[in-house]
Amino acid sequence: MNSIIFTAAARLLVALLFVFSLFMLLRGHHLPGGGFIGGLIGAVAFIVYSLACGPAQARLALRISPEAIAMVGLGVALLAGMFSVFTGDPFFTGQWYWVGGDSYETAAFSLNTVLVFDIGVYLVVLGGILSLTYAFEEET
Amino acid sequence: MAEHSDPNAPWKTVSGIGTSALTALLFVFFLQYLPVVAAGEPVSWVIPWIPSLDVNLTFWIDGLSLMFALLITGIGALVMLYAAKYLAGHPQYDRFALYLFSFMLSMLGLVLADNLIALFVFWELTTFTSYLLIGFSHTDPKSRRNALQALLLTAAGGLALLAGFILLGITQGTFEMSQINASGSLVGQEYYTLILFFVLAGAFTKSAQVPLHFWLPNAMAAPTPVSAYLHSATMVKAGVYLLARMHPSLSGSDLWIWILSIFGAVTAVFASFMALRQTDLKQTLAYTTLMALGTLVMFLAGSTGYAITAAMTFLLVHSLYKAGLFLTIGIIDHATGTRDANVLGGLAKAMPITATVAALAGIAMAGIPPFLGFIAKEVAYAGALEMRLWLFVLPMALAAFALMFAVAGIVAYKPFFGPQGDLPHEPHEGPWPMLLGPVTLGTLGLLFGLLPGMTAYYLIEPAVAAVMGAPDTGGRVKLWAGFNLPLVLSLVTFGLGFLIYLRHQDLRARLARLEARAPDLDAGWDVFLEKFMAFTKVQTGLIQTGVLRQYMFATFAVFALTVFVTLMARDVGGLTLGLGGLSFMEWGVAALIIAGSVLVLLTSSRIVALAGLGVVGIGVALIFIMYSAPDVAITQLLVELLVVVLLALAFVKMPNLDPTGAQKHSLANGVLAGAVGMLTTVVLLLVVDQPFDRRLTEFFEATSWTEAFGRNIVNVILVDFRTLDTFGEIAVVLIAALGAFALLKGAARARAAKGGKE
Repeated sequence: MNSIIFTAAARLLVALLFVFSLFMLLRGHHLPGGGFIGGLIGAVAFIVYSLACGPAQARLALRISPEAIAMVGLGVALLAGMFSVFTGDPFFTGQWYWVGGDSYETAAFSLNTVLVFDIGVYLVVLGGILSLTYAFEEET
Repeated sequence: MAEHSDPNAPWKTVSGIGTSALTALLFVFFLQYLPVVAAGEPVSWVIPWIPSLDVNLTFWIDGLSLMFALLITGIGALVMLYAAKYLAGHPQYDRFALYLFSFMLSMLGLVLADNLIALFVFWELTTFTSYLLIGFSHTDPKSRRNALQALLLTAAGGLALLAGFILLGITQGTFEMSQINASGSLVGQEYYTLILFFVLAGAFTKSAQVPLHFWLPNAMAAPTPVSAYLHSATMVKAGVYLLARMHPSLSGSDLWIWILSIFGAVTAVFASFMALRQTDLKQTLAYTTLMALGTLVMFLAGSTGYAITAAMTFLLVHSLYKAGLFLTIGIIDHATGTRDANVLGGLAKAMPITATVAALAGIAMAGIPPFLGFIAKEVAYAGALEMRLWLFVLPMALAAFALMFAVAGIVAYKPFFGPQGDLPHEPHEGPWPMLLGPVTLGTLGLLFGLLPGMTAYYLIEPAVAAVMGAPDTGGRVKLWAGFNLPLVLSLVTFGLGFLIYLRHQDLRARLARLEARAPDLDAGWDVFLEKFMAFTKVQTGLIQTGVLRQYMFATFAVFALTVFVTLMARDVGGLTLGLGGLSFMEWGVAALIIAGSVLVLLTSSRIVALAGLGVVGIGVALIFIMYSAPDVAITQLLVELLVVVLLALAFVKMPNLDPTGAQKHSLANGVLAGAVGMLTTVVLLLVVDQPFDRRLTEFFEATSWTEAFGRNIVNVILVDFRTLDTFGEIAVVLIAALGAFALLKGAARARAAKGGKE
């Protein structure tokens, strides 16, 4: 698509969409959003870019191949599940570590495997859809 | 044989010495249980695995499992040391050590596991690891083929076994074998016959009973130390172990007695003739293993003290002498370069130690006093006399033991004495790591025979007690049991065996002629596999047409049919179509969806049709928003968007829909589409008609914050309550993406290659 307006707008849109996808990922635990939706929005961001500038350029912008991102994502999700091994809980039990307190109310913030898992979901969805789309685009 | 390598290569590798030492440590660890178990106290420990399904790693050490554990670790340690030298310098030796050690652990787990599901897992692990071991010389197609044959046959039996175990667990209310055994015999229960059938299918394939025996001699494609290990105390004895383990629950019925007696006896006698027929010493030993397995199965048919004692004593003595003999053959092969019985002879001068240990093992095998083999044979005859089918069992046992006597002569006497044949290498004595195994095993066969009281108290009687499910009174294992019928039978065996040995060349020729006329099951297996592959090819051709439209049609047709049949079969009552309460918004969305669908049907442009579908999808997303499901709505919207983009990319290259071509399919497609739509509507109306079950909703509402610290219930379910489901789903996303990627790239590459040629 050789439209200067689209190409110019795409550069702005991509950044906005990408930040928005991260925002959706992080707010997911309490408000609509999460890894799946975030991953889809992130994929849309890069697809917009690839439509504007071509898949080769989009691959460069992504730096890592989408297949690798998806595979790493599955690994991250699996690792998140394995954390529960250390506490003797069943596989995939969410683990929460409170920083600066001992409960949700008193802690400054929390480190938890649930978010790690959601990041894994995000990466799989992002990488999976992009690998599919790029392959399609390069085909045509 | 090219399987062994340079005698000067370093053999003290970490993998070789390490695995052997670890196994020896395990052996010592199990030794400490001897006094405890002999006193009648089984030891057990439990590691919860999947407690909610009654699946636990329960380990149970009683006489039977302890005897097996000691044989597995003891012989294992010796074989691993032997293999370190035997395969020294082999480029893939480390891999071999890993396989062998894994196999040892699986086998150990198999005999120690009390939980049936755990037992099954270990059972399959032995199948799998033995496949790797048998196919170790993987550059040889014959080796690969034989490994696959063993894998397919024993795995098929394994599946039957799983069915049997599940039936057993469900009908008995527990998967713990010790509890099932303790609650008494299953004979006469409703599913007894079925359970017995499944268990026997598993045991007979693993322990290679006729007519499923042919994989065992083929498994000799493995390096000799593997054969020594797999075919003496481990792999093939797993089936026998299982029958012994289940003896208290399953034995005693007519079915048990007849099946085990007949299959065991036929296997034993058939195998001893086949052993005589072979000229390759390793093949001869393979068939004598088969004979031993048959004999063990035959004696497990009985339930009397002597029959079980015979089985356990023979099991012990066979493991010792068979492993020793295999290792000895390996040394001969190593030293002379051949295993041909016709060529070998007069090796005693060059290999005095090997000759001595071969003699020790051979005498045990022949059953000559004062070796344990003699006691085993005495008890066996006493046991056969006690069995219900003694008229059948006794002559079969006599024939098998007499043939064994002759084969012992061929294997352990003939290569070492008489004139020396024309050998590929000048014979030399084996190195000590290879001699240690056979020397130890041969000496034990003699020691156990000289100390029958101790052997019986620590090893045999606890095992017998475990198999019979009651404390054993003992006193049957004696070197001198008085002048009785078994002794007479023993003398007859020696006489007959000696005669057979003298005439074995002549007999072998006759057997070869006979074999040529008998049906060849091994070749039949190849034909079966070939036919099976042809069948699957035809079937795949019929079902997998490669036309996406046909796949879609079939999928929706199956859906429509099953839903329709279910609705017809069940009385679903009347339907109420409450359209009265709909708001203006809802009517609007419905109109949008219908308009989108009509557009798809009428247009002849793919892109327009795609846009129409997009309208339908967005309409659905709007409905989600109206019913306050923002997460679902966002996802739906995004997926809809991506589908449009993806398909548009694909459609750019495709021609427009041909209105005349589409017409051909439209009637069938239209009917199906209408049916699916109507059935779905009916099902949805029925679902809405039901009072809504709020239990799950309430559970998540109550616990989402308190247990998972999240306020977005949908997300909490996805990433916390049902994480495993989500993990499965993203795995599917990944696999689908990689699959499509490979497909697209593969097609592009193929085109590029084609273009390059033009």
